[in-house]
Amino acid sequence: MNALVEQDLGGIMAARLKDALRIGLVALLLGLPMLGLATQDQGSGLTVLTRWPLLAEFVGAVFVGRLVLQWLVDHFHLRKLQRERVAAKTAVVVQRPWLAWLGRVMLAFALVLPIAFSGNRYVVDTATTVLIYVMLGWGLNVVVGLAGLLDLGYVAFYAVGAYSYGLLSTLFGWGFWQTLPVAGGMAALFGVLLGWPTLRLRGDYLAIVTLGFGEIIRIILVNWTDFSGGPNGINSIPRPSFFGLEFKPPGDTPTFASFFHLDYSADQRVIYLYYLILVLALLTNLFVSRLRRLPVGMAWEAVREDELACKALGINVTGIKLSAYAIGAMLGGFAGVFFAARQGFISPESFVFSESATILAIVVLGGRGSQLGVVFAALLLVVLPELGRDFSEYRMLLFGAAMVLIMVWRPGGIIARREPTLRLVGLVAEQGAAP
Amino acid sequence: MGQFIQQLINGLTLGAVYGLIALGYTMVYGIIGMINFAHGDIYMVSAIISVTALTLMSAMGITAVPLALALALIIAIAFTSVYGWAVERTAYRPLRNASRLAPLISAIGMSIFLQNMVQITQGARVKPIPTMMPGGIELFSHNGFSVHLAWTQIMICVVTVVLMVAFTGLITRTSFGRQQRACEQDRSMASLLGIDVDRTISYTFMLGAALAAVAGVMVTVYYGVVDFSIGFVAGIKAFTAAVLGGVGSLPGAMLGGLLIGLIESFWSAYLSPEYKDVATFAILIMVLMFRPSGLLGRPEVEKV
Repeated sequence: MNALVEQDLGGIMAARLKDALRIGLVALLLGLPMLGLATQDQGSGLTVLTRWPLLAEFVGAVFVGRLVLQWLVDHFHLRKLQRERVAAKTAVVVQRPWLAWLGRVMLAFALVLPIAFSGNRYVVDTATTVLIYVMLGWGLNVVVGLAGLLDLGYVAFYAVGAYSYGLLSTLFGWGFWQTLPVAGGMAALFGVLLGWPTLRLRGDYLAIVTLGFGEIIRIILVNWTDFSGGPNGINSIPRPSFFGLEFKPPGDTPTFASFFHLDYSADQRVIYLYYLILVLALLTNLFVSRLRRLPVGMAWEAVREDELACKALGINVTGIKLSAYAIGAMLGGFAGVFFAARQGFISPESFVFSESATILAIVVLGGRGSQLGVVFAALLLVVLPELGRDFSEYRMLLFGAAMVLIMVWRPGGIIARREPTLRLVGLVAEQGAAP
Repeated sequence: MGQFIQQLINGLTLGAVYGLIALGYTMVYGIIGMINFAHGDIYMVSAIISVTALTLMSAMGITAVPLALALALIIAIAFTSVYGWAVERTAYRPLRNASRLAPLISAIGMSIFLQNMVQITQGARVKPIPTMMPGGIELFSHNGFSVHLAWTQIMICVVTVVLMVAFTGLITRTSFGRQQRACEQDRSMASLLGIDVDRTISYTFMLGAALAAVAGVMVTVYYGVVDFSIGFVAGIKAFTAAVLGGVGSLPGAMLGGLLIGLIESFWSAYLSPEYKDVATFAILIMVLMFRPSGLLGRPEVEKV
């Protein structure tokens, strides 16, 4: 008996070693042209640089890592567990009331954050960035999560909003609150403009058209110098004021500090901007979660689940899709206005494809249709690169790797939820959990 | 007239390169129904590998151009197809049964990873290589405008045609091609009939990467400069080409590639070079409005 087990173990060990050697060989092939060899410009032309120790370290690390991974998988039955977890999830619809509580806790935390970290401008700034992405994620969630339309050019609407504010404020002196509805309307218009030709398209065709649309907007912004300032962008965009009170050192006109008899501090504006985006984001959330209960929201989810059935039932699929595009775009436009107001400077650099990819990643990583998931994903994708700032060279490398790993780990998103908002239980319509 | 012919030649050359990359998109799409977003970066990896290979060979004294070129092609194809295999293994295979968006995101992550990996390990600077095939032939001269056909352009067109013929043969006549087409039609049925679906998908990725590798080597020789960021633009152009021709159709990919190449070169020459990408996408949108499944694509049958 013992001998059998030992022989078996020996067999397993041999198999594992063989597997690790195979993976090591792949690592050698992958690493040789990139890590082992590199070309360097020596003035007179390229020369080849060899880095054998680096390559050896890489291959060694992969070999050992594979052995450890295999051991972990066998030891903790990771694969089996994962399979069971997936099965459990798909079999029953899990109601998770604690998620609503988690949402409330996070909201409370967001409300006190500037006070808890007062004086730490960096934290508040980062939190503001997170909230911009949360808002963008919630906006795109309408298109991707609810209506099930793939959009790779969402950043175009963000750009429309940002440039609307940039141009209206610098050319005509419009204020933040005046521009907000106009910019939202403009973005919605662009949403319809994009949506209209793509209505007949499906899946991947839609993906490339939206990607192309985003690129078209960016190229126009870069090249139409008279209109957009070209690659130089738009400078000195006015910052939003607090009901007409500006955030600047005391002067002739009453400022925020002098009106409230406070000492002037640059942090006041940072905190004000934080609360501004928090309010905008919360309004977005409220708006979207209310829309989901309305016929149009239910129709979005219905179109996502089965377009053909919707057509057969006489639902106007065209109108439904266009409304999803328009509302998603409008929310993106609002975020753009805030972005322009916060930065005070915009250029086409901020509206590249990788931005669209990040926003889409937030929606998909968070779990399509889940409002809270978007918050987690935005936190992750903004804070992760921030943490990596010390080794900034590797920031994007780790970001890319993290995207792959998270997807492989949780393909459905952090909070996987694809249930309809409304569910028919025994002929009585019952409302689903809120988050 | 002279300029028209010249732009036609330039456009066809560019289009052949796009077409080769587009074949990879179309094949992968056909078999797993996914756009491989990292494909453009695979092409970039190949271009970088070919720079290293060519530099290494000139240092070793291999100066005969055909030999150097052939060796560079073999080296690039060999290493790049391993990259194609690895991408499939890490970013696609674990997500085979997940929803459609999950592999898309992991592929975008893979694309970001590859681009930054090359930037870190190989440096961000533009890599120039010495001109390998200088000159060409002057076809004719008309009103003082002479039309040139560079040797590199001839090479690109010849290699592309040879590859297309070989590739069509591979797909239509070999047992791998049969298995590949069977998996495209119905993966679960194919696996019931004893086809190793996993292996077929792996080989498809490797084949697509090999075609992108050829495109990468040829572009390196054609332009003489390469850097880590060329993957994205070439990737979306080739992707556009694949969609324009009809995703899933092999002749469509080639046709789409040639069309995109021609549109680009004519638009830059006669209208405005800055807006050439706008033109490409605008024409794509227009074609799709009237033919929603591309020029040579078959309309999808919806089942209820």
